[in-house]
Amino acid sequence: MTTTPTTTPTTTPAAVRRGALAPAPAAAQRRGGALVRMIVSEARLLVRDPAAAFFSLGFPVVLITVLGLVMPWSDDPFNDQDPLLAQISGITGYTPIVLSLAIATIGLSSFPVTVATYRQRGVLRRLSTTPVGPARLLVAQVLVNLGALVVAAALALVSAVVVLDIDLPRQPWTVALAFLLAVLSVFGLGALIAARAATTGAANGLGMTAYFVSLFFAGVWMPLPIMPEVVQTIATYLPLGAATQAMTDAWVGAPFPTQQMVVMALWAAVATPVAVRIFRWS
Amino acid sequence: MSSTPVILAEHLRKSYGTTHAVRDVSLSVERGEIYGVLGRNGAGKTTTVEMIAGLRRPDGGTVSVLGLDPTTQAAALHEKVGLQLQESALPDRLRVLEALELYASFYAAPADPADLLDLLGLTAKRDAAFKDLSGGQKQRLSVALALVGRPELAILDELTTGLDPHARRETWAVVEAIRDAGVTIVLVTHLMEEAERLCDRIALIAGGRVAAVGTPDQIVELAQGEHVLRVRPDVPVADGVLLGALAGVPGVREAVVEDRALVVRGGGALVQGVLVALARHDVTTHDVRLERASLEDAFVSLTGAEGTEPELATTAAEV
Repeated sequence: MTTTPTTTPTTTPAAVRRGALAPAPAAAQRRGGALVRMIVSEARLLVRDPAAAFFSLGFPVVLITVLGLVMPWSDDPFNDQDPLLAQISGITGYTPIVLSLAIATIGLSSFPVTVATYRQRGVLRRLSTTPVGPARLLVAQVLVNLGALVVAAALALVSAVVVLDIDLPRQPWTVALAFLLAVLSVFGLGALIAARAATTGAANGLGMTAYFVSLFFAGVWMPLPIMPEVVQTIATYLPLGAATQAMTDAWVGAPFPTQQMVVMALWAAVATPVAVRIFRWS
Repeated sequence: MSSTPVILAEHLRKSYGTTHAVRDVSLSVERGEIYGVLGRNGAGKTTTVEMIAGLRRPDGGTVSVLGLDPTTQAAALHEKVGLQLQESALPDRLRVLEALELYASFYAAPADPADLLDLLGLTAKRDAAFKDLSGGQKQRLSVALALVGRPELAILDELTTGLDPHARRETWAVVEAIRDAGVTIVLVTHLMEEAERLCDRIALIAGGRVAAVGTPDQIVELAQGEHVLRVRPDVPVADGVLLGALAGVPGVREAVVEDRALVVRGGGALVQGVLVALARHDVTTHDVRLERASLEDAFVSLTGAEGTEPELATTAAEV
């Protein structure tokens, strides 16, 4: 136990002498709403944690840039067995995978772990004693994480285009739609973990399990087109596998990936309301 | 002051499954006082204040706080009531002033964060991250957050648990300063010393019920039954004679002979009654010892039926 180094307030503080807890001057009260304040605060906290900030924001861009510059397969056709996939380079084919990884890193790790930490440490409980309540902090968390995801994905894409000179997607709007549905479904899955995990450790364990399983089926270690048929089939039904397949299809101009889009929409439509329903505040 | 009570709770009840956390608690807290809710860990103190603060819905009973019903008007209540809860931390990297400014934005008419830092002796730490604060500083920040909405009532739960004696004393000074600033305070604690030092009135909670209510002195008074008078006759006297002499003496609750000394437990005019009775039976004595009850004795005496001793012992061990 440490001894407090500050001095004992033996003299009456100035605030008490002039009737403490006087209202703040009007100038000091000019402030954003609670939600805006919370968003700013959560964003600050994210960038103040170097490890978390790198993992969330920088990992995808570093991964794709390094692979693109170092790997001999990066300039080879992505998959010469497939007429469409043979037309794009290896690193172009890897770009949807990295976008999926960016989504999973934030949606399955940063987001649920932060929420569980807030639950474990009583941050949510403390907020429940204020007129604002804890729900708004969750909204702020989701918004900050979405913002971080946009930054992470943009960095990765810019580097892929500028440094690695990837082929641009044939159907950019379909890629964007697939990305959006992937975000909704993966955050839904992350929200399920965030809703119940009692501790940081529990959220980390669950999140990391979901993360690595998702990454496998997204083709991070081995691109899906060269994986066994059964793995590709399973991947179709998982949020991140469906995300990679849908974005890849749209990238090369394959027919609209209806099945994958529906799968992601279903995950989002089921997981999110369930997470809201089962959420534990303390 | 003859105003309506700040808190009026009647027959509050709350169970979790088969655990009856609060069985029957009634409290009346007046404006401007420091009201102690004292009891062992697990006595039902925290559940009681959580019901008062609108964080938990009572299974039974009624509660009114500042004229509001916590079960239906929690948001309005939280504008006027500041709560400092046990084990409520902040994100590690949030800084002191940032935390205060953030929480200030939750209230319609907040206090000036700079004033609060001054009041709580945290001005020098305004840019320190939460994780870099000492235990005492964290507690004071926690109190500052409970006060930033300029509450009429502050509920402080186990404020000094885990603090070293120096930090504990600092925190007590802060509580008095807050009361002097016009805030009614409910102080939840299991520390006798804290209750005795700070509280105008105390409700002693044991086993989910109010065992006693009063000023610290009154509580001690209530427990006078645990006064122990020890009398050793100058010359040996038969046990039967000693005990027989006490027949009809008012205030005697229990008398035994231990090691030739008469040990009498009781209350009221115990000392005078026993000595007069002995003199009447020609028992002379120069060896008289009276063990006066402290608030801690009162606590044990009034709540002794429930729970076990160790919880009390830990208060010393923690320091």
